[in-house]
Amino acid sequence: MAGSIKDKVAIVGMGCTRFGERWDAGLDDLIVEAVSDCTATSGIEIKDVEAFWFGSFTSSTTGALPFSLTMKTFFKPVTRVENMCATGTDAFRNACYAVASGAYDLVMAIGAEKLKDSGYSGLETPMPHADRTTLEPSAPARFAFLAPAYAHKYQLSMDHLKTVMARIAWKNHHNGALNPKAQYQQEVSMETIRKSPMVAYPLSIMDSSGVADGATCALICRVEDAHKYNKNPVYVKAVAIAAGSGFGERHQDYDYTTVLETHFAAQAAYQEAGIRNPREAISLAEVHDCFTITELVNYEDLMLSPRGKGWRDVESGFYELGGGLPVNPDGGLKSFGHPVGATGLRMLYEAYLQLRGEAGKRQINNPRLALTHNLGGQPSYAVASVCIVGNQRG
Amino acid sequence: MAGIVAFGGYIPWSRLERKAIKEAQGESGLPGAKAVANFDEDTLTMAVAAALDCASGLDTSRFDGVYFAGTTSPFGEKLVAPTLAGVLDMPANCRTMDILGSLRAGSSALLAALDAARQGQQMLVAVSDSRMGRVGGLNELLFGDGAAAFLLGNENVIAEILDYESMSVDFYDNWRLAESRFVETWEERFWYSQGYGRFPLEVGKKAMQKAGLKAEDFAKVVIYGMKAKDHLSLAAKLGFRPEQVADNLIDVIGNTGSACGPLALIRVLETAKPGDKVLWITYGDGSDAIVLQVTEAIHDLPPRRGVGGYVEGPVHPITYGKYLRWRNLLPWEAPRRPPLVRPSLPDRTRNLGKILALRGSRCRVCKTPHFPPQRVCVHCQAIDQMEEYSFKGRGARLVTYTLDGLAFSPDPPVALTVIDFEGGGRLVCQATDYEADELSIGLELDLTFRRLFAAEGLPVYFWKTIPRRRL
Repeated sequence: MAGSIKDKVAIVGMGCTRFGERWDAGLDDLIVEAVSDCTATSGIEIKDVEAFWFGSFTSSTTGALPFSLTMKTFFKPVTRVENMCATGTDAFRNACYAVASGAYDLVMAIGAEKLKDSGYSGLETPMPHADRTTLEPSAPARFAFLAPAYAHKYQLSMDHLKTVMARIAWKNHHNGALNPKAQYQQEVSMETIRKSPMVAYPLSIMDSSGVADGATCALICRVEDAHKYNKNPVYVKAVAIAAGSGFGERHQDYDYTTVLETHFAAQAAYQEAGIRNPREAISLAEVHDCFTITELVNYEDLMLSPRGKGWRDVESGFYELGGGLPVNPDGGLKSFGHPVGATGLRMLYEAYLQLRGEAGKRQINNPRLALTHNLGGQPSYAVASVCIVGNQRG
Repeated sequence: MAGIVAFGGYIPWSRLERKAIKEAQGESGLPGAKAVANFDEDTLTMAVAAALDCASGLDTSRFDGVYFAGTTSPFGEKLVAPTLAGVLDMPANCRTMDILGSLRAGSSALLAALDAARQGQQMLVAVSDSRMGRVGGLNELLFGDGAAAFLLGNENVIAEILDYESMSVDFYDNWRLAESRFVETWEERFWYSQGYGRFPLEVGKKAMQKAGLKAEDFAKVVIYGMKAKDHLSLAAKLGFRPEQVADNLIDVIGNTGSACGPLALIRVLETAKPGDKVLWITYGDGSDAIVLQVTEAIHDLPPRRGVGGYVEGPVHPITYGKYLRWRNLLPWEAPRRPPLVRPSLPDRTRNLGKILALRGSRCRVCKTPHFPPQRVCVHCQAIDQMEEYSFKGRGARLVTYTLDGLAFSPDPPVALTVIDFEGGGRLVCQATDYEADELSIGLELDLTFRRLFAAEGLPVYFWKTIPRRRL
C-alpha cells in the first residue's frame, strides 16, 4: 500500500438518533435528528460543512436528494453511497479521503435508514432483473449456513454452539440495556434466548438483530485542524474495505466457517494502523453481529480470537463489558438495532463516545483504540469494512 | 423392427392415504394411497425426471425429437417439449411437439413417435399427468401424479411393436374445460357400459387378430382402468386369465391419468423376458391397442429407476392439510414479505444452457469448474479462458445447509443447501423431497428439475438438490 490514512483525518463531531421502530419519524425526521444532535454536541454549524456523503441502503428514492432536500444544503456537493451493510462506513471512508486530499476542510458523513414503513417483516432487498434461478435466501438463512459448518469443523454439538450463540445475544442485550439510544433496552435471559422460535435453522429469532430506523452522522476534518473544532478529537487510524469475488460461492476450498472479506479487510486495516497484535492493542470493538453466529465468526476473522477458539472466549466472558476486550459495548446490531445505512456510523459513534469517556454506564476503562466492522451480503460473498480509530496520535 | 428402445419412470415420493382424505372430511376410510406431486412439481418437471431416467446411459445428442403428452400441461400456450429437449441437451434441429387433452395422449404420442422410428429416427415420448378432482369427490381420492417416458427407434429395440389398432370416438365421460382446474365425470353407469366397456374390447380384439395372436399367446395384458379393478372384467372378456392381467398401480400411486397405462406397461417390461408378448390397451376419446414383443436387447438396457425403483423405494406420507396447501385449494394468508418478482426473460434466454442443461464453465488455465458459467476465473482471475463444462449427472455432497423459515413457500421451511460437485464446482440452491432429520454435512445429493415459483404468471424452473435415494 502506497500510503495510509493513519492520523491524517479526525472526527470532530457526531450525532445519532434513538434507533428503533420509529413510527414517529420519517427519513427526513431521522436525518434532522442526527444532524441536530451532531451540531448541538459539537457546536459546529451545518453551514460550515462543505460536502456530504449520504449513505442509505434502500430508503426513499435513489440519489443524494433525500438528504439535500431535507437539509436544504444549498447546492453543496452531496454523494449517495450504497454498499450494503457497509454503507455507513463507506460514506465515512469516502468523506475521510476527501478531506485528506485537501479538496475540503470540513465534511460530513451521514447514514440514515427508514425500514419500518414497508409493512414487511425482516429486511427487504431490491431484486435485480434476472432469470431468478440464483438463490435469494432471507438474511438469517444466508448467515445460518455458518453454524452447521462451524459446529462440524470444530466438533461442537449444535446444542453447545446454540448456548455459545445465546451467550453472545445475552451479552449484547445486557450492553444495550445500558444504552438510552438502543432499540431494545432490556436484558434478556439465557432461557428466553434459548427458547425463542427458529427463523432459519439453527438460528432463532433471538439470534437475529432487529431491523430498525435510525440515522447517525460524523464531521471529519484534517488532523491539523481538529483542535479548532474539538478538544478531544478522535483520530482515524485505518479505513479498509474488502469486496468479495464470490470465491466462497464457487470454490470448494471455502468451508463456511469464515468470511474471507472480513479477514482481508482486517488485515489491511491492521497494516494501515500499524497494529501487530489486535487482541492486545484493541480496547473495544464494534462488530457486525447481524446474527449471533456472525459475531462468533467475526472474532476469528478479525484475529481477536484464534481460529476455532472464538467460542472459548465467549464462554470465558472475554468479550463482555468487564472482559479483556469488550465487543459491542453499545448493544450491537442485536440490541441497538440495525438501520442498514446508519449502522457503520453508529458503531463509530460508540467508538467516539468511549474514546472520549462519554459512554456513561457502559464506559470502558481508559480505552485507546477502537475497531468497527461491517459485513454486508452473505458469508460466501460479502462487502466487509474495518475502521480503527483512536484518541491519541501516533 | 421399430419399437421401444428404452423406458423411464417418475413417481413423486409423497403419498396421501385415501383414508387420510376421508377422515379429514369426517368420513370413514378407503384403501390405497395416491402419489402427490410436491408443490414444486408439475407435469413438466415430472416429465423431465422420467425423460432423464429413460435416457440413462444413452447418447441424447443422437435423439431426433421429443413429444410431451398428457392432459395437464402447465401451459395453455407454450410447449413443454422444448424444455425436455433442452434438459436432455438434444440437438437444436430436433422435432418437438405436445400431444395433449386425452387420457389416451400417451399411447397416441407413442404411435406418432413410432411412425418416425420406422423411418430410422430416435424419438422420446414423455407422458405426464397431474389431474385434480374437486374436494370430497371420487376423483380427488383416485387421481395420482406421475410420469413415464419411452424412447422409440429401430435399433437396440427392447420391445418391438408388432401391430396396433386405434379407434376415435367423440365421447364425453371425463372432461375438463380450459378454464377449469377440475375434471368433470359423467355418471358411471352410462360411460362404463357405452364407452369404457366397449372401445378397449373392440381395439383389443382387432389388434390381436391383426397380429394373429390369441390371449394365451401373451405374457401380460395391460388395460387402463379408472379404478383399481375396472379392467379385470375387460381382460376376462378378451380371454385373459387373471394372472396375465397387469396391475394398474391405482391403489399404490393413484390413477395417474394418461401416465397410468404407460407406467403399468413399464412395470411389466421391467420383469419381462425376451420373447414375452404384451397387449397394451389405453382408453380416452376412443382406444389404442398395441401389441409388443420383448427382445433379447432388454438384457442390455442400462440401469434405471423405471417404475419399480419408485414403487419399491421410500415414500413420504403427507397429511390432507398439506395437500390442500400444495394445491392452493384454500384461501391462504400471504406471508408478510415483499411479493415475488417475475424473472427477466431476456436474462433467462441468455442463460438457457445454464438453466436447462446445467452448463457451466471450466478455466483452461487452472481447471477450476464454475457454476454458473463465469467469464473471469474465481481462482486465477484469467479472463475469457473458459471452456464449456457440464454439471449434469454429477453427484454432489452437502457442504452446509439451513432451513429458511422466512422464505415464501407452500411448504415451509425452505431447505437451502450448499453443495460441492464431484470433480469441482459448487452450487447454492434449494433442496426438496427431504426428511426433516435427513440433512447433514457430507450427505450425498443429486439434482432434480423443479418449479421454483411463479410470479406475474411466469414460472421459473431450475434445479434443486434431493437426497440420493438410488436402490
